[in-house]
Amino acid sequence: MQELLELLEKDHTLTVEQLATMLDKSQAEVAALVNRLEAEKIIVKYQTIVNWEKAGVDRVTAVIDVKITPQREVGFDSIAERIYRFPEVRSLYLMSGAYDLLVMVEGKNLKEVSQFVSTRLSTIEGVLSTTTHFMLKMYKESGVIVEDEEEDRRLVVSP
Amino acid sequence: MNWGDRVSPTVRAIPPSGIRRFFDIVAETKGVVSLGVGEPDFVTPWHIRESCVYGLQKGYTAYTSNYGLLELREEIAQHVNNKYGVPYDPRKEILVTVGVSEALDLAMRAILSPGDEVLVPEPCYVSYKACVTLAGGNPVIVPTTLENEFRVTVSQLEELVTPRTKALLISYPNNPTGTILTYNELAAIAVFAEKHDLIVISDEIYADLTYQGQHTCFASLPGMRDRTILLNGFSKAYAMTGWRIGYALSNRDFINAMTKIHQYTMLCAPITGQIAAIEALKHGDGDVAKMVDEYNRRRRLMVEGFRKIGLPCFEPKGAFYIFPSIRETGLSSLAFAEQLLKAEKVALVPGEAFGASGEGFVRCSYASSTTNLTEALKRIDRFVKNCR
Repeated sequence: MQELLELLEKDHTLTVEQLATMLDKSQAEVAALVNRLEAEKIIVKYQTIVNWEKAGVDRVTAVIDVKITPQREVGFDSIAERIYRFPEVRSLYLMSGAYDLLVMVEGKNLKEVSQFVSTRLSTIEGVLSTTTHFMLKMYKESGVIVEDEEEDRRLVVSP
Repeated sequence: MNWGDRVSPTVRAIPPSGIRRFFDIVAETKGVVSLGVGEPDFVTPWHIRESCVYGLQKGYTAYTSNYGLLELREEIAQHVNNKYGVPYDPRKEILVTVGVSEALDLAMRAILSPGDEVLVPEPCYVSYKACVTLAGGNPVIVPTTLENEFRVTVSQLEELVTPRTKALLISYPNNPTGTILTYNELAAIAVFAEKHDLIVISDEIYADLTYQGQHTCFASLPGMRDRTILLNGFSKAYAMTGWRIGYALSNRDFINAMTKIHQYTMLCAPITGQIAAIEALKHGDGDVAKMVDEYNRRRRLMVEGFRKIGLPCFEPKGAFYIFPSIRETGLSSLAFAEQLLKAEKVALVPGEAFGASGEGFVRCSYASSTTNLTEALKRIDRFVKNCR
């Protein structure tokens, strides 16, 4: 199962037929396994990594450190949910160390992101402080080097 | 003035590599999907490259010992002993070379006298016969066939051994066929070598790329350590072809003799590559395992692909090649390769490049992305259908 997940994580366009051959399993077996993994949300979603800068679309991403007061019974989860439900929030992680939540927010421009932080995020009850860092350049995303200059430099035919 | 006449007759008599000829044709074609490449499509793992950069920054730019950096030889000794249980003294029994290619040349020159015969199972790597000839020996071809999955057998060897036979040159997993030999098959060859008092040069550059069972190191067979010149290197397993680092392991007399030639001709292998090789041995096991898994998945794709196309081929268990028969098309391997290139822009290597017993086959390398392999298979399928 792990091998299948690793293959799909890298390239979800592989067909059931290809996966079955590569994993030395039957197509029915692989199809059933993929269905189960999808149903159980072990495979959460298939997504595409886009280089928006290259596409000429303006986007601003900020990484925000958030300190919060954990709440009785629910700890950090309840505040986290109040934050991640906003569609502007792209990722959210609970962290150890100097702050509690790492929030990645996406917007069309600086103003939109700032506004989200000041009016939505920092005003949530339990949020003690926020520190906003704007992202300047994306080098690597989800294990993929965005503009990889390494290419196949081999001779076309060699012994 | 025809300077060609002044070239040594020995060199003149050696045919240029068959791959070279085909390469010139391929180089002129654009947009080729290539299954013709005999090296990994992975770039050397980053930590290995990074260690070389660090070494350069620290000023490691000088000659090394003729034998190679002692630290590297110690790592090699440990690696081979851990893996195959064969001990070698890093000070006297290991020579670091410029790829296995140099090690092979040194081995031949160190042991051969004019007229000595070397048994060479075929199809084989393009330089074996030339290396024997250039060292003054006579290569004696042992043809192997698809029916036997290109395994060489003792009965074939017995037919061709003569009082002049000095050595046997084997390479499993094999380029171009992907054949591996089992422990028992190799053990039988070991008995044969002992019986005829032959030196065995075992080129095990693809050892780590074995997909079924464990690789048997020839030197690990009973009584074979001192009789064997074991060759290996970093090119295939660690994706380090361009670094040119290989090594030879044998008894101290052979290593001493090879080092003598090496010190007068090559001096030492490049220090940059040696530093990278140390890092590869120290921390590269995980990378090798990942690449092997990837090759194995592609291997299955290729076997299945050729099965569907309907070209007869056995399931290769090692290296990263598959060697289907194209006899039914009625074309020679060169004609097949040329016409396929022209019609479908897929490059592969005609089997004849690996000797007469490779005729009727083509070598397809699966050291290429899944996307490329799938596309190439589709095109080959179309081409073969049109041939029928």
